[in-house]
Amino acid sequence: MGYSMGIDLGSTTSKAVIIDDQKQIVGEGLTNTRSNYLVAVKVAEEDARLDLNLSLLGSAIADSAALKEVKNGLFEALMYAFRYNVHIRKVANLKAYCFETINQDIYAGKRGDLQFVLKKVFEKIDAQSGPIVKDIMYDKSRFFRDIIASIYMQTVEEIYKKFNVSFDDLVSVYDKAIIRSENEVTPLSLSEGIEIGLKEQRDKKALDDTQAGIIMKIMNKIDKEIVIDSMVGTGYGRQLLPFPKENIYSEILCHGLGSHHLFPNTRTVLDIGGQDTKAIQVNESGMVTSFNMNDRCAAGCGRFLGYIADQLSIGVQDLSEVASKAKKVIKISSTCTVFSGAEMRSKLNLGERREDLVLSLEHAMAKRAMSLIARSGGVSNEFTFSGGVAKNQSMVTIFDNLVKEHYGDIKMNVSPNSIYAGALGAALFAKRKV
Amino acid sequence: MEEIRSKTKKQIKKDRSMIKEKEILNQYYHDLLHAKDDNRKVIYTFVPGNITELIRVFDAIPVYPEILSVQAGMRRISDGKIRIAEEAGHSEDVCTYVKCHVGMILQENMGPTGIKIPDPDLLLLSYTGCFTFMKWFEVVQKMFNCPVVMLHVPYQANGQITDEMREYLVKQLKSEYIPVMEKLTGKNYDEDRVKEMTKLSVKAEDDLVAVFESAKHKPSPIDAFFGGVYYIGPIFNGFRGTQEACDFYKFLRNETEERASKKLGPIGPEGEIIEKFRIVVEGAQPWVRFRDNWKMFYDEGAVCVAATYTKVGGFYEWGFRHDPDKPIESMADYCMWCMANMNLVQRVDLVEKYIRNLDADGFLVASIKSCNSYSAGQLAMLKEIEKRTGLPGAFIEYDIVDSRYYSSANVKVRLESYFQMLNEKKRAKRKN
Repeated sequence: MGYSMGIDLGSTTSKAVIIDDQKQIVGEGLTNTRSNYLVAVKVAEEDARLDLNLSLLGSAIADSAALKEVKNGLFEALMYAFRYNVHIRKVANLKAYCFETINQDIYAGKRGDLQFVLKKVFEKIDAQSGPIVKDIMYDKSRFFRDIIASIYMQTVEEIYKKFNVSFDDLVSVYDKAIIRSENEVTPLSLSEGIEIGLKEQRDKKALDDTQAGIIMKIMNKIDKEIVIDSMVGTGYGRQLLPFPKENIYSEILCHGLGSHHLFPNTRTVLDIGGQDTKAIQVNESGMVTSFNMNDRCAAGCGRFLGYIADQLSIGVQDLSEVASKAKKVIKISSTCTVFSGAEMRSKLNLGERREDLVLSLEHAMAKRAMSLIARSGGVSNEFTFSGGVAKNQSMVTIFDNLVKEHYGDIKMNVSPNSIYAGALGAALFAKRKV
Repeated sequence: MEEIRSKTKKQIKKDRSMIKEKEILNQYYHDLLHAKDDNRKVIYTFVPGNITELIRVFDAIPVYPEILSVQAGMRRISDGKIRIAEEAGHSEDVCTYVKCHVGMILQENMGPTGIKIPDPDLLLLSYTGCFTFMKWFEVVQKMFNCPVVMLHVPYQANGQITDEMREYLVKQLKSEYIPVMEKLTGKNYDEDRVKEMTKLSVKAEDDLVAVFESAKHKPSPIDAFFGGVYYIGPIFNGFRGTQEACDFYKFLRNETEERASKKLGPIGPEGEIIEKFRIVVEGAQPWVRFRDNWKMFYDEGAVCVAATYTKVGGFYEWGFRHDPDKPIESMADYCMWCMANMNLVQRVDLVEKYIRNLDADGFLVASIKSCNSYSAGQLAMLKEIEKRTGLPGAFIEYDIVDSRYYSSANVKVRLESYFQMLNEKKRAKRKN
């Protein structure tokens, strides 16, 4: 069967989506972009192919008469084995890079304490590997850097004061190490991972050698059968993709088409990405009819939230939870990211709660986006919120309220796959070229 | 077509008319350099609705500060000039044409080509549609301590020129401007000479209009926004009413007609543009990124079939011509009838007319960060034009000569998205 792939090389994350000839999503891949665009593409693409391989393997196992006796939970166990072994290898590499990093001269004098803290931190990360892998097996919108960063920062914050190290030192160690880690492709092939899983199942007597052999044969067959007929690239790094010009599409068109595919009744799409915010109007076919985006400044974009999170020494993924504990909204300027950060610090010093400030900054950011929506033509039918910021539940709630306040009882859509909307649109354009 | 090798060894393609235009402008700077030796007075004035013939009849030479700033921008030296003006106390929000000019004056009035611009003997403040002009010459007057004549050009608030407006302006020209010039130059006003010059103006204007109207061909042989900058050079830069301008526009017209007969598109930054989209543009250029910006259009096959910007200096397409029988009266009309002096409704009408007459696929509004008088209302214009024509418009933002406000990634995303959107629209139309 032929497939189409879309790659969205965003400023913060890179995404790849594979669709089949029925335009169904069959593979998704996601990684961080910040370190290297081309590696990010490779990782996301490989991730999406793995995802497709896995889903085909699942279907083949389910359809196989020879595996009838053993298939209950077998595929999930194999997938877990693969994902788990990838994860622990990535953690091991990251840990090694962290320990290598503290050998740099700037950490002399506090190396012993750093080693001790890192040891504790990685004990905690290792202990959570099982639950993390179970989580990411089904939630493909989370990726390694953020998941690990969340545990790392939390643990560091709990213990660092007892040692002769600063929080900033430990953050810088993580930043240096994760960049190296992200520049590597998956440290385990799918067949290696499945083999490990099969061995575990055999050891548990859950299947015999013949059945394991059948599964390996299916694996090898699937891999050969996957043919990507057409690829389209989008996103800020799209010009770096080795595609002909006609296979490069603007992210505005891709987000419009992808979001419309997820929600066919939508006519307005708001995509808040890392460095731009786009308000897009689409017609009944998902084609863009009008759009507006932020101008010369990235205030009010995803990076705005990233900056605020950095200022508060929390992970960007934790902002929503912090905001959920807010009790009031304070008026804060949103014209400049750095000024907003300064205003936030000043208000913190005056005794305002950080929960209230986070919610207030999210409100300020949302109001900027509402202005773009108005300029692009307003909201007439279902409203779809996409892009990385749509993962933030608190922002979703704010937009839901603001859209209703300005445009009446409009249905709001947010897909768990919203981060993939641009790559999905690109895949749909690719499909059209087949 | 000729190829020029730039410093980066990249080939730049230019039409023969572009080369000729450059020669004329070189002549202009040469004349400026020798103005004082030739005992010619130097008059600083503004481009919109300028009264070139009434300057040249006294053998004086006009200097247009906006053009100096434009050329500094195109040569990418404007940022430094702006910085100097800001160091001298001019706010970041002030018009960057003004700051660039002030920066040049502060550096011994060195012009964009490296030739010193002679100090002004008179500032002719033809206040046309731009409030900043007044403050601009207020600043320049203090720097040179020279006399100023102000021509108050009535704004077309109601979208028309009345007899009273014309009389008001004619009176200013006759009783204020001409006597000052007679005294300054020691020469009497020679109306017969102005009439002769005006006849030449009409010839050049006829040819320029024919060039702009050639955009109705498919493909269009001209690009009225980027290429248009070269077309308007001589007529808006002090050569109207001269034989040089007549010769240039005759040449340009022939060149354009030849391209049209061969069904050739205009010459873009890297050769002929293969027309895929016909676009009308409202707004000015980012001069500091002129070629980069044009390249983005060129790469997408976007030809600008009409632009309001190339009408800022003067507007001829709806029939206006200087009148050799009534030169002063027609000069007054010219002042009031330029694009910069039109109200928002007229500007919307103009873009709509271009879109319909030239069968455009879309239109683009370019907003200028440091120009409130030009950019105010442009979003409302965009919505109104979309409503009237049913065509989607694009909105991009940058500055004229301050590269700090030009984000190429942002402009590129907007332009590419817009052209791809038009492409999808065409595709859907073909499918139906």
